[in-house]
Order: sequence, then C-alpha cells, then structure tokens
Amino acid sequence: MSLTHKTAAELGALIASGEVSAVEVAQAHLDRIAAVEPQVNAFLHVDAETTLEQARTVDARRAAGERLGPLAGVPIAHKDVFTTADMPTTAGSKILEGWRPPYDATVTRRLREAGLVILGKTNLDEFAMGSSTENSAYGPTRNPWDLSRIPGGSSGGSSAAVAAYEAPLSTGTDTGGSIRQPAAVTGIVGMKPTYGGSSRYGLIAFASSLDTPGPFARNVMDAALLQEAFSGHDPLDSTSIDAPVPSVVEAARQGDVAGLRIGVVKEFGGEGYQPGVLARFHETVELLESLGAKVVEVSCPSFTVALPAYYLIAPSECSSNLARFDAMRYGLRVGDDGTRSAEDVMALTRAAGFGPEVKRRIILGTYALSSGYYDAYYGQAQKVRTLIARDFEAAFGQVDVLVSPTTPTTAFPIGERADDPMAMYLADLCTIPANMAGNAAISVPCGLADEDGLPVGLQIMAPVLGDDRCYRVAAAVENALESRWGGALLSKAPAL
Amino acid sequence: MPYDEALERFEPVLGLETHVELGTASKMFCGCPTTFGAPPNTHVCPVCLALPGALPTANAAAIEATIRIGLALNCSIAEWCRFARKNYFYPDMPKNYQISQYDEPLCFDGYLDVEVNGEVVRVEIERVHLEEDTGKSTHVGGATGRIHGADYSIVDYNRAGIPLVEIVTKPIPGTDRLAPEVARAYGTELRELVRGLGVSDVRMEEGSMRFDVNVSLMPRGSSEWGTRTETKNVNSLRSVERAVRGEIERQAAVLAGGGRIIQETRHFHEDTGSTTPGRSKEEAQDYRYFPEPDLVPIAPDPAWVAELKASLPELPGARRKRLQREWGVSDLDMQSMHNADAIDLVEATVAAGAPPADARKWWMGELARRANEAGVPLRELRITPDEIARVCAMVAGGALNDKLARQVLEGVLNGEGTPDEVVAARGLQIVNDEGELSAIIDQVLAGNADAADKVRGGKIAAVGALVGGVMKASRGKADAARARELILEKLGVSE
Repeated sequence: MSLTHKTAAELGALIASGEVSAVEVAQAHLDRIAAVEPQVNAFLHVDAETTLEQARTVDARRAAGERLGPLAGVPIAHKDVFTTADMPTTAGSKILEGWRPPYDATVTRRLREAGLVILGKTNLDEFAMGSSTENSAYGPTRNPWDLSRIPGGSSGGSSAAVAAYEAPLSTGTDTGGSIRQPAAVTGIVGMKPTYGGSSRYGLIAFASSLDTPGPFARNVMDAALLQEAFSGHDPLDSTSIDAPVPSVVEAARQGDVAGLRIGVVKEFGGEGYQPGVLARFHETVELLESLGAKVVEVSCPSFTVALPAYYLIAPSECSSNLARFDAMRYGLRVGDDGTRSAEDVMALTRAAGFGPEVKRRIILGTYALSSGYYDAYYGQAQKVRTLIARDFEAAFGQVDVLVSPTTPTTAFPIGERADDPMAMYLADLCTIPANMAGNAAISVPCGLADEDGLPVGLQIMAPVLGDDRCYRVAAAVENALESRWGGALLSKAPAL
Repeated sequence: MPYDEALERFEPVLGLETHVELGTASKMFCGCPTTFGAPPNTHVCPVCLALPGALPTANAAAIEATIRIGLALNCSIAEWCRFARKNYFYPDMPKNYQISQYDEPLCFDGYLDVEVNGEVVRVEIERVHLEEDTGKSTHVGGATGRIHGADYSIVDYNRAGIPLVEIVTKPIPGTDRLAPEVARAYGTELRELVRGLGVSDVRMEEGSMRFDVNVSLMPRGSSEWGTRTETKNVNSLRSVERAVRGEIERQAAVLAGGGRIIQETRHFHEDTGSTTPGRSKEEAQDYRYFPEPDLVPIAPDPAWVAELKASLPELPGARRKRLQREWGVSDLDMQSMHNADAIDLVEATVAAGAPPADARKWWMGELARRANEAGVPLRELRITPDEIARVCAMVAGGALNDKLARQVLEGVLNGEGTPDEVVAARGLQIVNDEGELSAIIDQVLAGNADAADKVRGGKIAAVGALVGGVMKASRGKADAARARELILEKLGVSE
C-alpha cells in the first residue's frame, strides 16, 4: 500500500522504526497533492520546500536520538484560519490575501512541537462562514466522492484533503458544525472537542463563544492522536479550560459500548431528512444496541430553536470580530490615493474585501446588537442557549451519549444552495446544539445513502469534557461497521 | 454671561468622569510594557495590534488595582461581572472595538468626601470600571489639530491596551456657586487617593489622569435638570475648575438668550478657558455593547476582597486630619498644602527629621515660588525631602541662616549636588570664627562712626544698620544675632 493510503498511526510507527523517513512520507504526499489538486482544490497554499524542511528537521531530531511523539513526521493539512509564521494565512478571504502572520497559532505551535509536518493551508468558506466551502474567495473545493458536489464546510478543504489521500490528518474549526458536517459528507472522522479544550489563540475568529479547533482523520484512532497532540490548557486563551485533557486515545483504543446508555435525539429526524441518511442512522443505532448499548429516545425540545438562535449569536459576534479588518495595519487596502479619509478607505476596503455571505452576517449581527433590538435578538438567543445547555444536562442525567445524523442530507451539488442561505444553513441543523452548549461531539462514517451512494455520518454528542465518550462510541461503531464492510468506508470512494 | 449673574439665575448640576491609567507593568490584555515615552509602535504585539487570531487575557494586577480603587471609594464590589465590547470604528482603536465594561461594572455605589472652604461635600460614585486605552492619533496639517481637515494622521499604538480605570460620579446637585471649586476639590482628592493606593502615577500632564466634565443648568427654583454637555479630556485640575466655570457662563448665556442647550461633547481650550462643540450626542453612535466572549467573567473571591479592604492604606482625608493634628497647623494652612499637592512632600521632609513648621515653610514658600517660576508641579522639582531636611538641620544648627539656605536650595535645584556639596562649593558657611567676625565688626564700626555714636548714646535701634553692614561685609555669612551681641559689647552698651 502506498504511503499516502496508510493511517497516521501507521506512518508514525514506520517513521519511528526508521523504515521510512519523514522526508519520504512528506514527498509522497506532495506528489499526491500535485496529482489530484487540479480536481479537488483542497489547498490554498502548498510550499514543497517549507514542507520538506520541516520533515528534514524531524528526521534530524530522530537521528539525534530525541524521543518524539507518535505523530512525529506525519504530514498534516492545516486549515487556513490558523496563523502560521512560515506560510500565508487568508481565512479564505480577499481581505487577507498575501498576509503573512508574524506568529504561530497555539494549535500550529503544538503541531510543530509534536513533529507533525505541515503540508500547506486548506481552503474554507470565507472566515469559516458556510457549509460548502463555496464561500471561499479562492474558488470551491470539490468532494472526492463526486467532484460535482461540495465537501462540506466551512472546513471543506481539510475534509477533502484527507478524503482524497492528500494528507492523513487535517485540522478544522467547528463553530456550528464546520468539522462534523464536512467529515460526514466526505466519509471521514471529524471531532469537535469540548469548547475550551483546544486553544483559539491564533485561530482567526468567526464567533468567539462557539469556535472550536478539532481534528479530521480517516479513522477514529488517528483523530484521537491528533486531538491529544494539540489539546490542553493555553494561558493565551482566557476561555481555555484549565483541566486535564480527557484521555481520548485510550478511549479510541477501548471502543466498547457494552452497558453504555445511548440516547437518540427525538427532535432530529423526519421531514427534511434524506431517507438514505435516516436509514443508515437507524441501522447504526440498532448496531450499537447489538453491541450491548442500552438505547432510549430522549427529547431535547430546545434543539429545534438552536438554529435560529445560532444565526443571531454567531453573526453578532462576527460583526464585532471582523471589525479589525479595516485596511489600517494589514491586509487589503483599497482607495488610499491620498485624497480619501481613513473612514472612506475602511469602507471601500471592506466593500471590496468581504464576500456576500460575510457581509450578510456582518449586517445581521450589527442589526441584532443594535440599541433597541439587543434584547429581542441577541438577548433572546442567549436565553435559548441556556435552555439548550439545560436540555443537554437533563439528557445526560439519563444517558451517557446522544446520537443523531450528523447532517440531514448527503453532499449536495455545488451551486445548488448557493443562492438560498436558509437551505444552506439547514446543513448544520443537528450540529449546532453542541456548539451552543460547548459540548464534545464527533462524526463518524456510518454508510452510504441508497439514493446517491454518498457517505452518511453518525453524530455522537457527549457532555462538556466528555470527549473520551465520543471516541469510545465512535471507535465501537467504526470497528463493527468496518468488519461488516471489509474495510474503511472511504475505500468505496471512486479513485481520483 | 458673567459668572455671578449666571449663578443668580441658574443652578448647576455637575458630573465627572475620570480616566486613570494604571501603573501596571504590562498592558491590560497582553504582556507589552506600559512605560511612557518609548519610540512609537515599539510596545506592541499581535494582541494589542489586533492581528487576526490574537486573543486578550486579562491582567490580574489591573483587576486588583481597580477593586482597591473601588474599595477606597466606599464602593460595593461585584461578585461576578464581565467585560463588554464597545463597538465603533476609529483608526487608533486596533480592534475597532474597545474592551470595556457596560452594565456590569467591577465596583459600584460608593462616595468620596471632599472639602471646600472647610465644608465637606459628599460626591456619590456611580461606578468604577476597567477598560483599555486606545492608541494615540496625531493629525498633521489642517487648522484644528483634529482629524477633520488634517492632511494625514499618524497613530502610535504604544498606548493601545494600557489599563484604564473609569470612575463615574452620580450627578452632583446643590454645589451652587461652588461648582467649579467642588469639581476641582474632587479631582484633587481623587488624585491623592489613587496615588496613595500606589496604582497609578497620576501624571496629568502625561495624560495618565484625565477628566470629562458634565455640566447642566436649571433655572433657580426649578427642580428639573437641564440638558448636559460633556467637556472631554480636561487634563489639569485648574482646567477642571475653569471648564466648569466657563461652561456655566456659556450655558447661562445661551439659556438667557432663549436658546437651547444641545446634548453634545465639547472640547476645552486651555488658552481661553472656553469650550467649543465636538460630536453631537443627539446623533449618538450606537456602540452595540455585548459581553466580551473572549474573556471569562471576573468573579473576585469575597475573602480576597475583604483582605484587600483590610489592607488599604490610610485614605487621604483621614491622613490629612492626622497630619494636621501632628503638625499643629491651621485648617487654612492644611488646605493650602493640599491644594499645592505638598502634603506628601512635607510629610517626607518631616520624616527625614525636619520640624513640621520648617518643612512647610520651605515647600510652601521658596520651593513653591521656584516651581511656579519653572512652571512645573512642586513634586517635579529636582530636590528631595531628604535634602530639604538636611538644609533645615543646618539652619537649626546655626551653620546656615535663611538667606544662605535659599542659596543652598538654588544650588541643589541647579544640579550642583547635595546641600553639603553646595555649601562647600559655594563657601556658604556662617562665619562662626569670633576673631574673623570681630575684625569685620571693627571695620564696620570704623566706617559708620555716626551710627556707632548713636548707639553709644542710647539709641539702640540704630544697631540694625550696623548689623546690616556686618552682614553685607560678610556677604551674608555672619550670624546676625551674634554680630549684634558683639557690636553692643564693643560699644559698651547693654540692653
């Protein structure tokens, strides 16, 4: 099997044993990127020399006898919303085109410390706002399963890169489902850790109270290894949780659901859900029961209003977070011809630099926070947030984890929902509650929909700091399904 | 309208907002230093420049300092509160929002007693909250020095993110014609209180303490407050007083002429003492405040707050009372030391061994005069309380008289060294050598035979001229009292 089709754990072991060098592994992935990128467009930036230099450093550290972690030398694709001191960082926006940050995000720094080799920066919906990666200012990314379809979003470049074997691992950020939904529609594993479990320092903010960095991988164990590599308390992020990281690698190894209580969220299913998605979901729930889990239906009534509340809170925060893009200190500057005021240059730059979805959300958020509307919109949405947290709390009084489909449909065709924001927003219907309450949640492949033969994801939600439960259940599902399928779901994808 | 006439017709209501830059080692939300005067844009980092992805973390020392200010102002301390974002676009504000506090201030509902003409006025404090300063814009070209009309502007972000405490009074009615004095006394008292806590150097000329002055007028006999104006960034205590007076006169003229006061911010002009309109608040910006999601709430441990309260230093009012008792000075003298910001200096001089009366005499006399001439605050004179105490000791020991002492002070202020060094270098010791003094007296008596005869003849008052002659001949170094004794002795006269 070629190096690009191995798991991250396997690659790590091969490099550790000296069977292959980090440079060879990096080169194999750079070759794969060169071969498939014209079709997939997962990356915004790839610089072979920078990548190989990192790989050489890992090989040198190992040669010097340094003890390195399990992912040392393993390549990774990094979402272009994390700052990187050696590569440009754009957040998928024209307003940051060509910007080179003077500093590494905490996640970036920890990847480097763990010896991961960054292949490049992946495409995303501009400022992580979207569910299809069509909102990128640099063109859409395509789903490796069907190049006419979206790879999910906002972390669509990261999901596509892993699904297309351009990288065994990638990073994402999840604000309303931006890791889980792309993972689901590309047939891979994507995890949204507990809010505060992974640092936001150096993550270009969309909605501060929701944004959560997390891992993508082709299997549960690899995702756990990656999460463990970049998680943990960061004094540079005030909202970072100062508590021991749940031992997710151990949980992924365990992969056992016997005696576990699993709640099926009553509110997610039925109208608006693709029958093939529901069929795979129900089969998987039955599978879990057959593995010894106790399955019950749980009602979380406030989940039905999570989406509208989210679309008040996230735009409100984004309207403020994106105010700093004003042409004064970095990024695009338009209209500075010596005659215009600073105010005019700011306005012209923002008009030219932001795409339509970003503008839509800035306007929505500005409105929701205005004097006289605050209580009715932002204030009310915060109350919904409290109700969602209470629903979770009540549910986790009865069960250990909650499950639902990750997203109501499989990957939709590029362009289908581009002019219909409401239809686009519905892609995150099932994922948003975990963001609103800060819970841990994972998406793991659970089969192909009968209608279109495209991947379906199972979402497993756990309490705050219950990340290990997500991995434990996901690993059990993965083990059982892969033995049924005779391999990973992704092996059914058409070759590129 | 002249002030007296304005006060006959109208009654003022005051309000003061004070910004104090805290003297923490690092900025409010990052690790950059806060020292004043560094080259532009050298005390900056991803956080205070608002680079994409950078996040704030709150400075615990600044939170502690704010709570201590609140406690010293008799405030309640919030058990739980949050920072809030105040959203507006301006080039000197890197994030285009300021991290401040909105409806959940750290400290609230306090008071500060101030003294005006021997009467105590209680100024109620609405809130004390913590926020970050903006960068500093300089507008180049144009007539006004403001952004409109400037050719271009430059921004220094060194100040961006320096912790700023905002202290807001409740409206202060009932000050009547003393409104300007009350405003100034409040400012003076607050400055002393903050300085006493050691949380800020409160250098008004560097902008580390600045005032926004709110004034409204209502017709005599009315109980309905008028529309207020807010005069921004008044940066000396004298200007606070003048701004209140000027604004009362201006508003009275407008109202008396049948006009209407517009709710607006105004700018104070040091040269004329008048104000001119700034931004109108009637087309007010909507700041779209919301809780800052990048920072966790502040929840000060009540036991810790109690500890902070118990360990507050003696507050200025109580301290002044104690010192007045210890020094045995009048209310008026104490008040004038307070107004001159001389209490700390006198106290330190006394602590260094000088008698209180002497310490006060030097600081409030010769040194106040020299500070005034140089146009610097008293405490910025290049002389220390220890040096003053040394001079006092030399006078008391008879080595100097007052006239020589003034020359010693001049030397120290000129940077000629310590008092002892100045005395040595300038040769300023009193002539104690009886032989030398006797020789000088003989010389003077010989040259002033008339006066000597008068004294011999019983007109003892005439000895003054002879003593003066001795002092002149000795270039001030003679001990005048001893010279008088010797002259009388030599002339065979006794008193």
